[in-house]
Amino acid sequence: MNWGSPAEFFAMGGYAFYVWGSFGVCMIAVVIETILLFRRRTNLLLQLKSESSGNP
Amino acid sequence: MFSLFNWFRYASPQTFYPLAGRMIPWFAGAAAVFAAAGLYVGFFVAPTDAQQSEVYRVIFIHVPVSWMSMFIYLVMAAWGAIGLAFNTRLSFMMARSLAPTGALFAFLSLWTGALWGRPTWGTWWVWDARLTSELILLFLYLGVMALQAAIDDQRRGDRAGALLAIIGAINVPIIYFSVVWWNTLHQGASVSLTRAPSMARAMLAGMLLMSLACWMYSIAVSLARARCIMLERERHTAWVGELAGSAS
Amino acid sequence: MKPRHKRIAFIASGVLCLGVATALVLNAFQSNLVFFHSPSDVLAGKAPKDKAFRVGGMVEKGSVKRVGDGLTVQFMVTDTVKTIPVAYTGTLPDLFREGKGVVAQGRIRPDGVFQASEVLAKHDENYMPPEAATAIEHAQKASKSLK
Repeated sequence: MNWGSPAEFFAMGGYAFYVWGSFGVCMIAVVIETILLFRRRTNLLLQLKSESSGNP
Repeated sequence: MFSLFNWFRYASPQTFYPLAGRMIPWFAGAAAVFAAAGLYVGFFVAPTDAQQSEVYRVIFIHVPVSWMSMFIYLVMAAWGAIGLAFNTRLSFMMARSLAPTGALFAFLSLWTGALWGRPTWGTWWVWDARLTSELILLFLYLGVMALQAAIDDQRRGDRAGALLAIIGAINVPIIYFSVVWWNTLHQGASVSLTRAPSMARAMLAGMLLMSLACWMYSIAVSLARARCIMLERERHTAWVGELAGSAS
Repeated sequence: MKPRHKRIAFIASGVLCLGVATALVLNAFQSNLVFFHSPSDVLAGKAPKDKAFRVGGMVEKGSVKRVGDGLTVQFMVTDTVKTIPVAYTGTLPDLFREGKGVVAQGRIRPDGVFQASEVLAKHDENYMPPEAATAIEHAQKASKSLK
């Protein structure tokens, strides 16, 4: 175990901004990409459904 | 030739769509498991670094996303080449589905690199060969996506995008070997196929686990995007009609 | 020729053109993208004389001196063959260490000292815990004293 306390863990030896800035932005990017894909799929399925019921 | 043709028919969007749908949850789940393991090893098992102390932990995300940005480009170019050579619908769809994820990884590589470079080297950015060629990679991704979107005729857009992807593939070995060929500020590779890795074992384990997580994530996301593209492109075919009708 | 063969021939010729273009670009890179010059290059007159350039190498052990106000540092940059003195005023990056890599940007003063406007640390690709680092240092010292 590397850390004596949670505070020590979050401080990252004084490099908190750089370490959490890297990991945080990557995490946000992954979440955003996933949400966008889910929305694209839901909208698409709705569209297709209305198309198929509109002209069978 | 006949068997090859058969194989391509089997790999039609219609057959691939449900198969991809069944694979996505497995890859997504594997990505989550590998990421959890990688983060645990990276933050709690891997020791601090003698020179850089804790800031070196950026490596656990920087190296995996950088590898991924290069590898996805090669796969995208390969799909483009297959599409150009054999005129298969599915390969162009796969090529298109990879570009946004690849661009994202290229951006994250530059972002995490800047945040790592500032405290260690003393600068966010330098125009050395490694950083410049990675920036060119990001522009290549954006160029491929812009080209695909700019051409109204979908088939011609596919071809133009594939051609640019293939031409740009030459940049990938340039990125990889830039630290060997030129004097760069960026250090050489810590992990390579030709010699033992120059890092402690727990550090290496964390990096490889995070890389596996990135792999699984990329596969899941690109399959999901490919499924959307399949539906969009084949919206007037019978199988999509049936699927949309049955989806409640 | 069948259309498919034509297409493959087209792609192949495209790849060939690309190879040639790349060779040319690489050649241009080689002469322009030199990020830094070694002290040997500089003393042999290979570095530009009329504009700023970068010099890279190792900070010679025991050469770092604070001068005057304490903000100005002087140190020797070496590539193990030749050495140049460097003067710099400002904050140094965290990884600036004696015996480690450094890249300094600036120009040569008439007195032969390289006046740096920016100093960057160039670290190596080895990552290890502090205990391993001290163990290696001890081993190196031991092998030196044997010689």
